[in-house]
Amino acid sequence: MKFELPQLPYAPNALEPVISQKTIEFHYGKHHQAYVNNLNNLIVGTRFENEDLETIVKESDGAIFNNAAQVWNHTFYFQSFKPKGGGKPGGALARAIDASFGSFDKFKTEFSQAAASVFGSGWAWLVKKDDDTLEIIKESNAGCPLTKGYYPILTCDVWEHAYYLDYQNRRPDYIASFWDILDWDAIELRF
Amino acid sequence: MSFQLPSLDYAYNALEPHIDARTMEIHHTKHHGAYTTNLNGAIEGTPLAGQSIEEILANVSKHSAAVRNNGGGFYNHNLFWKVIGPNGGGAPSGALLSAIEQAFGSFDQFKELFNKAAATRFGSGWAWLVQKDDGSLVVSSTPNQDNPLMDVAEVQGTPILGLDVWEHAYYLNYQNRRPDYINAFWSIVNWAEVASRFKV
Repeated sequence: MKFELPQLPYAPNALEPVISQKTIEFHYGKHHQAYVNNLNNLIVGTRFENEDLETIVKESDGAIFNNAAQVWNHTFYFQSFKPKGGGKPGGALARAIDASFGSFDKFKTEFSQAAASVFGSGWAWLVKKDDDTLEIIKESNAGCPLTKGYYPILTCDVWEHAYYLDYQNRRPDYIASFWDILDWDAIELRF
Repeated sequence: MSFQLPSLDYAYNALEPHIDARTMEIHHTKHHGAYTTNLNGAIEGTPLAGQSIEEILANVSKHSAAVRNNGGGFYNHNLFWKVIGPNGGGAPSGALLSAIEQAFGSFDQFKELFNKAAATRFGSGWAWLVQKDDGSLVVSSTPNQDNPLMDVAEVQGTPILGLDVWEHAYYLNYQNRRPDYINAFWSIVNWAEVASRFKV
């Protein structure tokens, strides 16, 4: 077993009421775990068997890519939260958000619209580009900005499994609540 | 004339325990309802208003993403609610069964192929039994709300059976266990309806 499911940095019920314990138990315990298991099974006997996760994400396609990118994306997603999170970023990230989007509120609106308008399963991302500017992008299914050479800063999982038990069809309500559990200290470290 | 959300031929709880009443109600009123409303919004005041849904989908490569996504969502759910129902299940008979055996070897082999198409569709989408223009049957799957009527589909033809594998179709009842939902689907297939869509 090469890859392992990383520990959550909080208890499964710590994000309630924004994300329920039941959702975390399935999303982390079943979906994220299944991507890890599938990846470990799929890479046996391939050139990816001894590669690190980022390399596999960047260089694979098909089922190996889908599972590797979903391992990476979910790890990144789950490490963006803390109980009683929220608020705003500070420091260099705050300045970069202001420079790229005008203000934190404008960024929030634009990111929320991106997340709401991913059709089907996918992810909304805030990424840093080589010139240090920030951009919001949408990805379908397992799409991951690493494959485009961007540095991911923040993501919102809008696969229905991320919110259906708690919000059903009301994806915009999930996105609105998402801001209340963000761990901006952890997110700033990525910038 | 705008498209209307059709009412169902059965109660929301009629498919239990295979599909629960809450899933049915949200799926029909909220998801299918939103596709219908958004389709009407996307075609209002355009030359597409007044065309049949089949005509719109046949030329969908020329239309906006909103027409493709919502037109597909409108059509696909219309079909889905018809090809499932209470007192469903069993196996097809007559000409449809013969065509399935001819195309796939046996009904069980067809089911296996269809199950695989439904289980391996990564992300959101549909599995289909499609009758091609030459009359033959084939199993396919499409992403998101695409379908075999669309000129963008890899496998084109007339869908006569469809299974929704968007997570919203099963998550409240089955969560991550999509294969259990697919297995339960066979207990609610309305084969008389599927046969009526098959052209001999």
